[in-house]
Amino acid sequence: MSYVSIEKITKVFPGGVRALDELDLEIKDGEFFALLGPSGCGKTTLLRTLGGLESSTSGKISFEGKDVTFLTPGARDIAMVFQDYALYPHMNVLENISYPLKVRKFSKEEINKRVTQASEALSIQMLLDRKPGQISGGQQQRVAVARAMACTPSLYLFDEPLSNLDARLRLEARTFLKQLQRELGVTTILVTHDQSEALALADRMAVMDKGRIKQVGSPAEFFHRPANIFVASFIGSTPMNLLDGLVNDGKVSIGSMTFDIPEHASTARTGDQVVFGVRPEYVSLVSGPGSGIASGVVKVTENLGTHYLVTADCNGILVRGTAPDGSEPAMGDTVHLKPEPGRSLLYNKTSEDLY
Amino acid sequence: MKSKTIKGSRAAKPGNSVLGKGAATAFLSPSLIFIGIFLLIPAFWTLYLGLTDYKLVGIEALNPSFVGIDNFTKALNDPQFLSSLKLTIVYVLGSAIFGQALLGFVLAWVLNELSPRIRNIIELIVIFSWIVPGSVVAFLWFAFFNKEEGTLNAILGVNIDWLLDYPMLSIIIFNIWRGTAFSMLLFSAAIASIPKSHIEVARVAGASKMQQLRNIVLPSARSYILTNLLLITLWTFNDFGPYLLTGGGPGGQTQILPIFIYDSALRYLDFGYGSAIAAIMLFLNLVISLIVLRMSRKGKK
Amino acid sequence: MKLFGKEIQLQDKRRIDERTKVEKLSTFVFVLLAASFFAIPLMWLVLAPFDSDPTFRIKWPNWGLGNFSEMAENPYAYRSLMNSAIFSAGSGLAVILVGAPASYVLSRIKFAGRDAFLYILLLFSSIVTGSAAMVPLFLLSLRLNLIDTYQGVVLVLTGGLIPAAIFILKDFTDSIPKSYEESAQIFGASSFRILKDVVTPIIRPGLAVIFVWSFVQAWGNFLAPFILIRDVNKQPAAVMMYSFYNDGGQAVFRTVAAFSLIYTIPVLVMYFYVNKKYGFRFYGGIKG
Repeated sequence: MSYVSIEKITKVFPGGVRALDELDLEIKDGEFFALLGPSGCGKTTLLRTLGGLESSTSGKISFEGKDVTFLTPGARDIAMVFQDYALYPHMNVLENISYPLKVRKFSKEEINKRVTQASEALSIQMLLDRKPGQISGGQQQRVAVARAMACTPSLYLFDEPLSNLDARLRLEARTFLKQLQRELGVTTILVTHDQSEALALADRMAVMDKGRIKQVGSPAEFFHRPANIFVASFIGSTPMNLLDGLVNDGKVSIGSMTFDIPEHASTARTGDQVVFGVRPEYVSLVSGPGSGIASGVVKVTENLGTHYLVTADCNGILVRGTAPDGSEPAMGDTVHLKPEPGRSLLYNKTSEDLY
Repeated sequence: MKSKTIKGSRAAKPGNSVLGKGAATAFLSPSLIFIGIFLLIPAFWTLYLGLTDYKLVGIEALNPSFVGIDNFTKALNDPQFLSSLKLTIVYVLGSAIFGQALLGFVLAWVLNELSPRIRNIIELIVIFSWIVPGSVVAFLWFAFFNKEEGTLNAILGVNIDWLLDYPMLSIIIFNIWRGTAFSMLLFSAAIASIPKSHIEVARVAGASKMQQLRNIVLPSARSYILTNLLLITLWTFNDFGPYLLTGGGPGGQTQILPIFIYDSALRYLDFGYGSAIAAIMLFLNLVISLIVLRMSRKGKK
Repeated sequence: MKLFGKEIQLQDKRRIDERTKVEKLSTFVFVLLAASFFAIPLMWLVLAPFDSDPTFRIKWPNWGLGNFSEMAENPYAYRSLMNSAIFSAGSGLAVILVGAPASYVLSRIKFAGRDAFLYILLLFSSIVTGSAAMVPLFLLSLRLNLIDTYQGVVLVLTGGLIPAAIFILKDFTDSIPKSYEESAQIFGASSFRILKDVVTPIIRPGLAVIFVWSFVQAWGNFLAPFILIRDVNKQPAAVMMYSFYNDGGQAVFRTVAAFSLIYTIPVLVMYFYVNKKYGFRFYGGIKG
């Protein structure tokens, strides 16, 4: 049962910029949904439109079946955590958290109860009398979340909530956020430009580019079956191998190399221009050359901790693979890289989609 | 199921800022009214009055008539006006451009290198000169320039009646004294805005102070410099301060345009003529502004 | 080689030192001259008020506070200071009341040509000054019966200060993140509530600065009251000061000395207050 229903939402800014282009999206009740994409793709615009801070040019937004397209932000029963937290500097933490409750005219006892609950859930009870300027960035972030929580909204909107945190804090906050969402069970939409964050946090996610949704699905789907070249190059902490090639007699030829056509690409025909994709994590070093194997000279090896990322020049084409720590090759060595057939993907070069 | 209608949600419609159209207009109107009454209307009224022969007394007060550009042609042929114009230009060039701006820049540049403590003390002194009220400053210099008892004569060991014998020089020095602080502060901000790394790269490459100044500081500070020059030019052009020191004399030797306008319009009560002069002054200032704007836009590319 | 290298090192060091020495000396002389230039005339203001026998010259005073009591006996002196206070506080208040809402709107609502509009406005206000517009302003006040009134001067002063005040305040408001207001919107707060609870408290420092700035401008303004006020009892200190030394003659010297100090002190105090609290480094917005 979907909580948020986005139908053909379009947003054109004065000046002609088409920030959102006829988007359709369903977000299920209780799920943690991530909107991912490069800057300028429209993910924040979409979030703000859901929040009522931007009005859409056309289209319809519904929450739980109810049309909210023209409702004011305050009437949508939502809470939003902004990238800069938006904590009012002249109010202390307690006043910040209780502000929305005061606006909504809750009773004093109810306010106290909710503030206590929220601050305990986020372990900030001891900070209640401090001002935002007196607490750390990580604490500010938790206060912002507590303020959103205290309203017990039906939908949470997070705009890059972890971007302003230090790298280490960010990982801790990530775990905390996921756990919190699970416990609360409230539909949450998170915007981020960090793909590892989206993959880690979301139940389902969408990747956007230039106002359009490129793919919707679970993190696993994104990782193993990116639906188009854009998504394939965007997802993954190591750069995916995307090699231009040609279909020839049941095989894919890339330069002087040949690979089997992946099983999913049954509609690929001889003469098709394609892009062969495989993650470096699924490309291993083997002992000798052969069919389905790329041979070349090592240009760079990068230490990734448990394994090494090896970039090899195979007759002018750069192919990336991984070697376990301890068996990494040296620069200049000749290596033979074999992509795992079950993990290889084939894209149509013109449409950029998966076969 | 879980959603509830929130009470008191009379917030703005989605996608707008906090204020609706009505509130925004109400917020903006008083300022617009003020600007209309005290900026726009006077500007055009001055022009209009310049085209009449309106005086405060006499027949022309009751029945002012439209005289076209008579006042303007009269002005252009009036030696007193031409002298006033010349004096104003000298005043602006001398006290503002080659005075305040130059001194202000050198001060900002030099003080930038000094220790913070010394810098703060010097800046404080300079700023004091700027914030002391104009009438007091006028008196301080009136006293300083005095022939018998003035401190300047005591220091120099001479017996010169500055305001009588060197009136233009006197008011120029006076204006440099009271206005340099602004240029100094502005240029300090300009210099501070240059990333230290830019200057250090030059220093490591062996550039001398002069070269650093010419090649890095001045180009970076270009917009500040132009803005500063424009503002102090306009302010000095319109400055009434010298009136407090010399009243425009002796014998009109320091009768810069603002004082000339005052004398024509409010002393001799010839509103028409005085307004024409004022209109000319407005026009000149407008031209100067446009020229500087042009220059700054060219540089922006 | 090493010896040779060492020689070169010493020579270079000496050369660099010399250059710095000349630089240091000229800098020192320049700073000394400049500091003297600015400080010396000011010394009269510090010494003469406490001198029982002040003259034009800056001299070591014959210490005493007699000048101040003498000034207090002068009816015009005290009254003019009060008038100045009225004009200045009135202008400061008017500028905030009229200018703050406008700068908020101009900061939050974008429209085509907004920045150009503001810049032109600022420029225009530097062109259409009191000197240029004295005739129309005089006539305007005459026709509206504002000659010789407090309101008249306050209105004229305010009108001249508004463009710059809006410019500065808008710059200040721009630096306040919109997310503050947006989060309040999401919580359901009404426009009025948002302005009251969120915007005003945060803008307050900017308002204080503008009030002080307007106050100081009005406090020192000579031309407007000079043209618009006839009644000696309504003259502010700026004009009174001029009257004292222009018409006064030697007898008024002691009063002038005390008066100039008393007249100056409020401005100094305000400057220090604003500087302490908010720092007086130049707002970058003036770059244009």
